Amino acid sequence: MTIVVERPQGGRLVDQFEYGLDAPICLTWELTYACNLACVHCLSSSGRRDPRELSTEECKALIDEFERMQVFYVNIGGGEPTVRPDFWELLDYAVAHHVGVKFSTNGFRITPERAERLAATDYVDVQISLDGATAEVNDTVRGQGTYDAALRAMANLKAAGMKDFKLSVVCTRHNIGQLDEFKAIADTYGAQLRLTRLRPSGRGADVWDELHPLPHQQRELYDWLVANGDLVLTGDSFFHLSAYGEALPGLNLCGAGRVVCLVDPVGDVYACPFAIHDQFLAGNLREDGGFDTIWKTAPLFLELRSPQTGGACTSCSAYDSCRGGCMAAKFFTGLPLDGPDPECVRGNSETALAGDRERPGSSQDHSHTGTVRNAPVPLTLLRARPVSACDESPLVPG
Amino acid sequence: MPVLPGAAWELSPSVSLRPEPFGALAYDFATRKLSFLKSPTLVDVVRRLADAADVEDALLGAGVPAAERDRYVAALGTLATSGIIRERVAA
Repeated sequence: MTIVVERPQGGRLVDQFEYGLDAPICLTWELTYACNLACVHCLSSSGRRDPRELSTEECKALIDEFERMQVFYVNIGGGEPTVRPDFWELLDYAVAHHVGVKFSTNGFRITPERAERLAATDYVDVQISLDGATAEVNDTVRGQGTYDAALRAMANLKAAGMKDFKLSVVCTRHNIGQLDEFKAIADTYGAQLRLTRLRPSGRGADVWDELHPLPHQQRELYDWLVANGDLVLTGDSFFHLSAYGEALPGLNLCGAGRVVCLVDPVGDVYACPFAIHDQFLAGNLREDGGFDTIWKTAPLFLELRSPQTGGACTSCSAYDSCRGGCMAAKFFTGLPLDGPDPECVRGNSETALAGDRERPGSSQDHSHTGTVRNAPVPLTLLRARPVSACDESPLVPG
Repeated sequence: MPVLPGAAWELSPSVSLRPEPFGALAYDFATRKLSFLKSPTLVDVVRRLADAADVEDALLGAGVPAAERDRYVAALGTLATSGIIRERVAA
């Protein structure tokens, strides 16, 4: 059942946002599940193209709808969006229809020629993914050769005169110690550093226990973010860290279904980019009357826009700052949605994490099933020494 | 940036406004910066700027009470500083 609550007038902007907006502020559009890589922590479990992928015409119709709704810009991701043969055509179409685009890429296809074209358009921004300030740390997570590819792409963008593109880093326990180095790399290429949180979504659920920052690293990250302020972007990723004290720049609220949402490659609309799961599915573009209708009337979205209870967190003195943390992080770690975030800085989720919990698993998986040329480099190659050379297939990772 | 009530201003050409229940979103396509206008009356004032003789005229047209004029002029100053509105040059 959905109760529509009347919106209060005036007051803080963040309170207004909790009641939702007429159109999203920040919309993520995963254009394809196809990817040339196989990053261990992929949020969308990408790899193989889905045969039901939206056609070029359907994508253009969606851009038309964004224009009508005045969605000023979209964050395009994947998968690797540039592997779609119509990617550059769609990019031009969006720009011509006053929908700005920021797209995320691993950089493999950002050639000097592409970089020139990108630098020539105000409406387009590029975000290069890099999860280690050294090849050793990065390639373990993102795959062999991906560090070099990202740096090559940044060099091409810089040479083309592109300014303030983004260098996007997912924070893990192996790269928290490299924050200054990431900043230095960004500065070298005239890029802006963007740090985001490792979410236990998609394949990220499988590696979250080993990769998420340790408690003392969370503090280190928070102090670094406070010291660097507006110079570093975070996509409002770390509002759970605001419980340390001073709020970080940004809205500091869960925007799922209120100010953000995600459109996936087959037209499914989810509450947020980190919640690709049936539980957070609001509808499908093809079946449920288009994007505008889903955004404005999907029961899931109306529910997310009605006042939420802080549950077990309500009595905590930090609740006003952290708002209980990230819904997706709780969901995929099997924690109650109205309780503390799995990375609660007060340690309030430790008992629940240590106890019995049922992780929901994923409701879609497009991961590669065969070998991938740029596969992540495993930290331990073999668990046990093979008895003979033939006991380990050279093609299947051990 | 100070906005004088007797001067003529307009919405910057690279900025689009999107009405929302609390006021409006303002997006500058040139700088890729998003701002928020926190009251529907302020949005009305901004929309009227281009066709009004001056700021005073726009405030009057939007029905801003005399007692609140200064507050609105100050709010326009903030919008001017972030480049959302610009001074109009005589054609």
